Amino acid sequence: MRREDLVAATVAVLAEAETVLPPWVEEAIREAAARETSPIARSQLEAILENIGIASEDGVPLCQDTGLPVFHLEIGRNLAVPSFLEEAIADGVRRATEEVPLRPNAVDPLTRNNSGDNTGPGMPDLIIDLVQGDCLRITAFPKGAGSENWSFLAMLNPADDPLDFVAEEVAKRAGRACAPVFVGVGIGGTFDLAARLAKRALLHMPGTSQMDRNLLTEINRIGTGPMGLGGDATALGVRIETALCHTASLPVAVNLQCWANRSSSATVRDDGWSID
Amino acid sequence: MEHRLRTPISQEEVAALRVGDLVWISGTVYTARDRVHALLASGEELPVDLAGAVLYHCGPLIRDGIVLSAGPTTSGRVGRFTRDVVDRGVRLIVGKGGISEDAEALRGRAAYLAYPGGCGALAARYLSVRRLHLPDLGMAEGLWELEAQGWGPMVVAIDPHGGDLYREAKRSAKRSSKI
Repeated sequence: MRREDLVAATVAVLAEAETVLPPWVEEAIREAAARETSPIARSQLEAILENIGIASEDGVPLCQDTGLPVFHLEIGRNLAVPSFLEEAIADGVRRATEEVPLRPNAVDPLTRNNSGDNTGPGMPDLIIDLVQGDCLRITAFPKGAGSENWSFLAMLNPADDPLDFVAEEVAKRAGRACAPVFVGVGIGGTFDLAARLAKRALLHMPGTSQMDRNLLTEINRIGTGPMGLGGDATALGVRIETALCHTASLPVAVNLQCWANRSSSATVRDDGWSID
Repeated sequence: MEHRLRTPISQEEVAALRVGDLVWISGTVYTARDRVHALLASGEELPVDLAGAVLYHCGPLIRDGIVLSAGPTTSGRVGRFTRDVVDRGVRLIVGKGGISEDAEALRGRAAYLAYPGGCGALAARYLSVRRLHLPDLGMAEGLWELEAQGWGPMVVAIDPHGGDLYREAKRSAKRSSKI
């Protein structure tokens, strides 16, 4: 794998994710607008659809919160993982910050000093999975604070009902998380595994199980609505991922994602790269 | 009802607003996020006059003096400074998500308008840069003086008479919840 290919692929997936929504996400918003019964809620969804059109026409970021640089890397087990992996992706983030451009969002948590280029300790954040094959798939998943701030994790009692808990908490929080939201749910594992399951649930959206659909119905029954102004469309998608947990534990994590469920992927091979 | 307003906003114009009304704004809009609010609450003099002003909870994406994307940021983070802001003369606050119990500080004096969150590219079509105050705070946290031309529609989400769409949505949620 050539270093310049990985840098170029990183810039390209960030640029695409920031300006063009995945078609299935736009379609989900369009369907919600068609179904919505509250006029104020419908006006919010129509503005969102107009915004999506302008961003892709003008090639400008959908949202001024261009997020923190989160990437999902699916690394083929037969790939010789290059020594420059992390540095090349960080280079791509710095270039994208200049070229897209992205708002410099990454600050030191204590001094609040801005690094200026969206990179630094812990950033970009790389979520790594090993898969079959001999190439690298890189997905940009920029994460804005508006939805990340309202995500949550709880160590429930095994006797509690985790789905009721999630529905109630999401209904309370979604209005401030730029609803209609996508809801990634991680149930089980340990404290930190539950959080990673929740983020992976977002990466694997949309959910397809009966349990996913039931929870979506339950959240939308409560009427928080787009932007918390009341209405039918509180959530557009739910996905639940689980792992075994200790017999004495019930960790539950929810990673909220705003309507702008931005992502874009590319595949990098030995001899080049291409957007998926 | 529809209102096309130009800054500075008068007391009468604010008093005419009711929740659910639509508003379009022309004139000067000041951005303010966490750090400008913290300065203001500490009693610091700001380099702008906020009498009759429109304050926008926003950290825009701006390049070479062009507004590229400028949707609202979550108002809940700065809601506790609402009284400080209104005391300085701000008559309209534009944001997303509402300000919960801090809405009481608006009563009789100011209104809160909801602009759809995430709609940064859309807002940018109506906004241009006049100047950046407090540049040391950086792009997102600085105090941008923007020029708005027919920017909207925004929904009056909290009016100066105690109306609050967020509270209404929560109330109906309690009624429909099985618990």
